[in-house]
Amino acid sequence: MAIIHVQHLSKAFGTHEVLRDIDFRIDKGEVVCIIGSSGSGKSTLLRCLNLLETPTDGIILFGGGEIGGGEKKINEYRAKVGMVFQSFNLFNNMTVLENCMAGSRKVLKKSKEESKANAIKYLKKVGMAPYINAKPAQLSGGQKQRVAIARALTMEPEVLLFDEPTSALDPEMVGEVLNVIKELAEEGLTMIIVTHEMSFARDVSTKTIFMDQGVIAEDGAPEKFFVSPKNPRTKEFLSRFMSA
Amino acid sequence: MERNIIQWIIFLMQEYGTYFWKGTLVTLETAILGTLLGLVLGFVIGIVKSTPIAPEDSMVKKIYYKVLKTVCDGFVQVFRGTPMMVQAMIIYYGLKQYGIDISSFNAAILVILLNTGAYMAETVRGGIQSIDNGQFEGGKALGMSHFTIMFSVVLPQAFRNIIPETGNLFITNLKMTSVLNVIGISELYFATKTAANTYYRYFEAFLITGAIYFILCAVFSKLLSILEKKMEGKKDYELATEYIGD
Repeated sequence: MAIIHVQHLSKAFGTHEVLRDIDFRIDKGEVVCIIGSSGSGKSTLLRCLNLLETPTDGIILFGGGEIGGGEKKINEYRAKVGMVFQSFNLFNNMTVLENCMAGSRKVLKKSKEESKANAIKYLKKVGMAPYINAKPAQLSGGQKQRVAIARALTMEPEVLLFDEPTSALDPEMVGEVLNVIKELAEEGLTMIIVTHEMSFARDVSTKTIFMDQGVIAEDGAPEKFFVSPKNPRTKEFLSRFMSA
Repeated sequence: MERNIIQWIIFLMQEYGTYFWKGTLVTLETAILGTLLGLVLGFVIGIVKSTPIAPEDSMVKKIYYKVLKTVCDGFVQVFRGTPMMVQAMIIYYGLKQYGIDISSFNAAILVILLNTGAYMAETVRGGIQSIDNGQFEGGKALGMSHFTIMFSVVLPQAFRNIIPETGNLFITNLKMTSVLNVIGISELYFATKTAANTYYRYFEAFLITGAIYFILCAVFSKLLSILEKKMEGKKDYELATEYIGD
């Protein structure tokens, strides 16, 4: 059974239609990469999946049940679906450790000891455990993003969403973040990743989705998708990126 | 016996020292209590005003917040739009007429509190809005409720941002307590008037009082800037060496 199943999803900002009739499903353990040019609606799609944007139409099924229905239900759902943002969105008033413990303590209502042990476990995984006492302002972009990933992991989510996780990083910091995500993929975590890193998408994804003007123009296994794309728009997009 | 200015000042300070001292204490008490309580009120109104109403919220919740926000707006408008002295007259003498009898000290605190609340409400709202939306989204994505994000992430940062404005308002309140002598609280201005009237030495008596106000303001400005520095937190951090190499 699909862990997330999107049916006829549409989103409009006023009269501007950003997403039109999107359908896709993702099974447990899959890693889906969403690619496409800026303004194609890929980030909006991801934000709809976490209800940071309210879809105008269509439904999203999570584990077979429709999501939504009041703040409490939405928050319960968000606790199971983690999200990592382009701009990290760490809490500036908290240390690295406090950032990672906050969700576990205040949302999952776990004890301080358990939250701390979990937070440190995942901070070690991303190589940020030595920095538990630092504040976000004292870290580099790559370090911040790794902390943001650890914060999401500490919630032990069923699905993890990444919204252009490396777009705000200096080139030399992209690698450290992508390596962490690759490792998670190898461990079988279900992930949906919006990215501009084509070779990363090809290596890590089990399915690649190409979005163009608010619709899914093409999707498929990366071996096929990147080697022999069918849609002319996909071809054009890939040729521009892969030659670079 | 003829006294010069200096001699008059010394004389008044000896004669009315306890008056000045007690007046200073009352001024401090009303200003500090009024400002602190007003700050709480300002936070409550500021939080209410910055609570978003989502389209998916229930009708009851929408109406509830709409009414609450309108009441808050009205309150802010009224108290920012009328002089403190007029408010004091209505609250102290005016209400007495209808059998509501509060002491002049309590009335003074109430007037300062309500004024501070009205002014701080906008400052708090600005402070909340100054926190980037990303941190709200970061919290939401973890499943935190609006109020959890507010209290554990946004307000601690907003509070630090509004310390300078709170300081300004406190200094203003310290001086504004003087107009509350109209309702007969024996704060510094009231005490000075008594001292000045006895010997008709207005220049010297109010010179002393001016100096006291000035010193109070200077001391509190300094204290507030120290607090502001403290709130910035440490510039450096210690590496947790036990985890290096893990």
